[in-house]
Amino acid sequence: MPYRLEIALRPELFDAEGDGIRRKANNYFGIEIDRVRSIQVVTIDANLSKDQLKTIQTDIFTNPVTQFSSYDPLDIEFDWTIWVGFRPGVRDNPGSTAVEAVADILNIKFGSDKAIYTSKRYCLKGKGLSIENINTIAGELLANDIIQQWKIFPVHKWDPATGTGIILPKVILDHTPRVTSIPVPSDSYLQRISDDRGLALNPNDIPFIRSYFLDKTVQTARTSKGISDPTDIELEYISQARSDHCNHNTFRGLFRYRDLETGDTETVDNLFKTCIEVPTLTLQKKKSWVISVLWDNAGVGRFDNDHYYVITGETHNSPSNMEAYGGAITGIVGVYRDPLGTGKGAKLVMGGFGFCVGPRDYNGSLRPHLHPRRLLDGVIEGVRDGGNKSGIPTTFGQVLFHHGYLGKCLVFVTALGIMPAQVKGKPSEKKKTSPGDLVIMCGGRVGKDGIHGVTASSETFSEHTPAGHVQIGDPYTQKKMHDFLLDARDEGLVQFVTDNGGGGLSSSVGESARFSNGCEIQLEKVPLKYEGLDQWEIWVSESQERMTVAVKPEHLERFMALSKMHAVESTVIGKYTDSGKLHITYNDVTCAYIDMDLMTSGFPQWEFDAEWMPPERRGLFEPVLKVPDNYQALLLDMLSRPNICSKEWIIRQYDHEVQGTSVIKPMVGAERDVNSDAAVIRPVLDTRHGLAFAQALLPSYSGIDTYHMTGCTIDEAVRRLVAVGADFDQIGGVDNFCWPSIQFHPQNNPDGKLKAAKLVRSCRALRDICLAYEIPLLSGKDSMYVDGHLQGNYGETHKVSALETLQFSATSIVKDIERCITMDSKMADDLVYILGMTRNELGGSEYYEHFGYVGLNVPKVIPKTFVALYRALGHAIDKELVASAHGIYRGGMGIHLALVAMGGNLGMEIDLGVVPVEQIDRNDVVLFSESPGRFIVTIDPEKKEVFEKTFKGLDFACIGTVTQGNHFVIKGIDGQILVDVSVQDLKAFWKKPFGELI
Amino acid sequence: MSMVKALVLTGYGLNCDHETAYALELSGAVAHRFHINSLIEGAVNLMDFQILVFGGGFSWGDDHGAGVIQAVRMKTNLGDKILEFIDAGNLVLGICNGFQTLVNLGLLPGFDHDYTKRSVALIFNDCGNFRDQWVTLKVVSTSPCIFTTGLDTLEFPVRHGEGKFYAKETAMRRLMDENQVVLQYAMPDGSPAGQKFPFNPNGSIQDIAGICDPSGRIFGLMPHPEAFNHWTNHPNWPRIKEKKKRLKDNTTPVITPGIQLFQNAVAFIRNK
Repeated sequence: MPYRLEIALRPELFDAEGDGIRRKANNYFGIEIDRVRSIQVVTIDANLSKDQLKTIQTDIFTNPVTQFSSYDPLDIEFDWTIWVGFRPGVRDNPGSTAVEAVADILNIKFGSDKAIYTSKRYCLKGKGLSIENINTIAGELLANDIIQQWKIFPVHKWDPATGTGIILPKVILDHTPRVTSIPVPSDSYLQRISDDRGLALNPNDIPFIRSYFLDKTVQTARTSKGISDPTDIELEYISQARSDHCNHNTFRGLFRYRDLETGDTETVDNLFKTCIEVPTLTLQKKKSWVISVLWDNAGVGRFDNDHYYVITGETHNSPSNMEAYGGAITGIVGVYRDPLGTGKGAKLVMGGFGFCVGPRDYNGSLRPHLHPRRLLDGVIEGVRDGGNKSGIPTTFGQVLFHHGYLGKCLVFVTALGIMPAQVKGKPSEKKKTSPGDLVIMCGGRVGKDGIHGVTASSETFSEHTPAGHVQIGDPYTQKKMHDFLLDARDEGLVQFVTDNGGGGLSSSVGESARFSNGCEIQLEKVPLKYEGLDQWEIWVSESQERMTVAVKPEHLERFMALSKMHAVESTVIGKYTDSGKLHITYNDVTCAYIDMDLMTSGFPQWEFDAEWMPPERRGLFEPVLKVPDNYQALLLDMLSRPNICSKEWIIRQYDHEVQGTSVIKPMVGAERDVNSDAAVIRPVLDTRHGLAFAQALLPSYSGIDTYHMTGCTIDEAVRRLVAVGADFDQIGGVDNFCWPSIQFHPQNNPDGKLKAAKLVRSCRALRDICLAYEIPLLSGKDSMYVDGHLQGNYGETHKVSALETLQFSATSIVKDIERCITMDSKMADDLVYILGMTRNELGGSEYYEHFGYVGLNVPKVIPKTFVALYRALGHAIDKELVASAHGIYRGGMGIHLALVAMGGNLGMEIDLGVVPVEQIDRNDVVLFSESPGRFIVTIDPEKKEVFEKTFKGLDFACIGTVTQGNHFVIKGIDGQILVDVSVQDLKAFWKKPFGELI
Repeated sequence: MSMVKALVLTGYGLNCDHETAYALELSGAVAHRFHINSLIEGAVNLMDFQILVFGGGFSWGDDHGAGVIQAVRMKTNLGDKILEFIDAGNLVLGICNGFQTLVNLGLLPGFDHDYTKRSVALIFNDCGNFRDQWVTLKVVSTSPCIFTTGLDTLEFPVRHGEGKFYAKETAMRRLMDENQVVLQYAMPDGSPAGQKFPFNPNGSIQDIAGICDPSGRIFGLMPHPEAFNHWTNHPNWPRIKEKKKRLKDNTTPVITPGIQLFQNAVAFIRNK
């Protein structure tokens, strides 16, 4: 019989969670609540004796100092009470750890039919709280109906004896697993099957798939194994392997690119090959530090003679858009499996994030599934729990608000790992499966999670239907697996390791079996969360926290013993072969028998029409804007813009110094409250080498030209690294593209050809700038469908497409961490320099956005000139001539001078008249132009001569001094004082929008 | 000189084991990282060590109160062995999640040498969220704590969501009267934080950041000394370095306050 234990803080104690809800209800919805008390509910679905119940109540679930609890409803006063619990099948992490603890203390085993579920009850007091208020709080603050269910009780309907009742979110499928054979008599029939089952097969692939199954040799081989028509599991395998997510069909597509101005047409065959693979392989030949690229889960570079670092980046947009917390935690925990599954396995050492969401204060008529404010709260918390509980420092991140992300938010997650250069005397970056190796699945169990991603979101729910399509990552289970696999690696037990992410076993086994050229899988051996999954569901389920490992039979015993010691579940599910076949059986009956080389043979290439029209021909122009006369108010308002202002509250929630490796933190300066250009860690504790990491996003320029958007984005990430003292010659890049759909459709995607042309131009810039800067692309991903359909006021829906967005991540080596520098001015009387040329480049700028303009003069990268400057600055930092260095990024020179002053908490006197400019005679252009390639540097006056000599022949000028006191003074081109404001006021405005958030 | 052996626990979501072991090694100890289960299964014997560290992390995801399940598992499977370890005059250190575990085990505060009773707690931060920041800490000079001997003002990072120290009035009075409070959050100038956020980052009563048992050999603290294992861990090190450069001082600190804390432990065992 089930028991329900309610636990609450003693009444005299402050309830921080409850109070947070009270504040949010007021801030977000204007609902006044006097008091909220929260109750933890633990529902135990197992037969336990009275004594056993008492033991777990007092020893596990109730802190005698701070809490009280009861198996009857707690008597806590309320006007309304709201109960919130998970839907069946949603990952309940506290429920699982409760099972572990109860089993341990009572020395019992929980059978598969026993479980513990956790939920919460909130007691709300407040005069005049209406049912509408309570519905809002329940549905828009406390619960998301995709993963949670809730019940509301007014005080007069509350029965103190029964309380909420006992609710068991148990998955009951009541289904006998079966394999379905699917005949393929015609293309149209297979197309219909694809539509009905959500296989999303490309119409061009269908004839090829049919011809395979109708081939005489194939049919003979299949008959020998007892199957004829394709099975559901086989079609699911093909669908998954051919999906854009796994196969990058868009980037490997054929683009017919036409310049509408010149009329020239060009065929671009395979953007991945021409713009990413070829340049990276060319650079790899030149740079011996590039160890492994373009084939594994992440790229590998040399950290020092004994260690390699590993980097990759991912997005998790669609799931986060539906369930922000679950999507984001699954995203970050998921990307952390990539380095762990690179080579023979890397230890995770650092993570980064990028969030692109609608305006936080959006109050327009469109109705996104989650309001941007709530969505942002959720993704912040998801990355917080995913990162912190993994014990990996989250050292760098960025947030960007734009209404284009109302349709779909972007959640970028980046992961860096480190591994020894050799494991048991063999190269750590190499791995392969061999015939006879065992296929082992480690970590979590398999449920209906994530089958077909979010396409299942339209299914209707019943009381016991698993809410399978949305997942909640489990960093605890994964951390145990991480520690285990690294131990197994060091003992030489791992032949091959890869993660189970998109596509689940289908992808991880399918891809790893290519090395040995075949496998035999016994699907009934796969451990399940609950019974009743069809075979194809077991095969493609995306249940998280799992890795697939190849282990030699002679190592099995030790591998399993180590697994047990780490409390990680590992199961042999088959073996690798060299049969040339992917062979799956279930209780000895064949349910899939497919040639290993099918997926690499002859599938037709996707094709796109791309039409480019230069921005001036699209009607873009520079605005007619006369110079302002109140620069002080302008500067302060610019500092308060959401995309410029302080977002300290986010990074403070992230453990950014676990592992004890922190060198340059995300927040620096005298008061540790201004953003650093980049993060630096010392991942190998007993060396003085560092690993620097930074990211950039500049989608606003995409409205003018994605070629320059891409160039400037890469340049910003590079300058961020240079500014902290990282080596310019060892920069590795990661490209993460998020693009709206580029397939033209006259009604549904009328500007598809332009978006396709923008992708081609962006990739060309990626190629050009990376070659010019000599940055190999160590890893990269693309997410192609960032569009949403939002309902408006009248029941109509609007397609909202995100800006064409590229997040560029860059990493490099710091030769001596003790020579790193930060961006904050250090000492009064130091000289302030500008390095680089300021041009009239306000197109797409924050300044123009402030007035609602786009403009035309988009900033442009001039690689050769910039590279010389970056090398000179690197040299100056290495010689310890520089006290502070900071790149000039979004918002321009005015904003970034202010940030340097705020960092130092010191005054500054600046003369715009001596700034190196090209054809500019306006103060606003000098202050707010976003020309790339520039830095602000402060130096000890004693170093002036030798510093200036370093930059001989380059664009630079001394434009002022750091001053004692707190005056931030800017003199205009004509000598007039434009700004004279205290550093404290600058900070106050910069912190105003989000300064109250914690 | 005899070898001082330290054991740093790992597994089940703990995560500061590498840098804690590194800090101990820098301090002259021989440090081993061992999984909790290797102690429980008997592959490793606690009595072969002199310093036991419950380190930071999220044991069992911190799902039912930080450190609670770890304490349950340790008590159920190793309770007597730990008491034997303490009786032998050895040292126990709990950092962050480890501190939370020590108070749930009852090793702290250890009133009347009862090392099984829970009488203090670490609960959710008043600010309502996990928080990473550096804090200034004042060492209570009258405390018998072995680890803080000779130290006065310290700076370490805090990184926790459940670090508010709480005890009922009577327990609180005993802690103060019996000098068991070791560390208190302070203003940058060393004066008491007086509950002021963010200097006291979590709302701890009496600004308490760390306590010890009456013997001073069991010590728990929320801030992370192992995260200040190198002078470049300090958030202001580039500013400090630049100032020194101007004074023509090119030396760099060799030993951080974080390492000093571990050195005190090693020295105590060595001199025992």
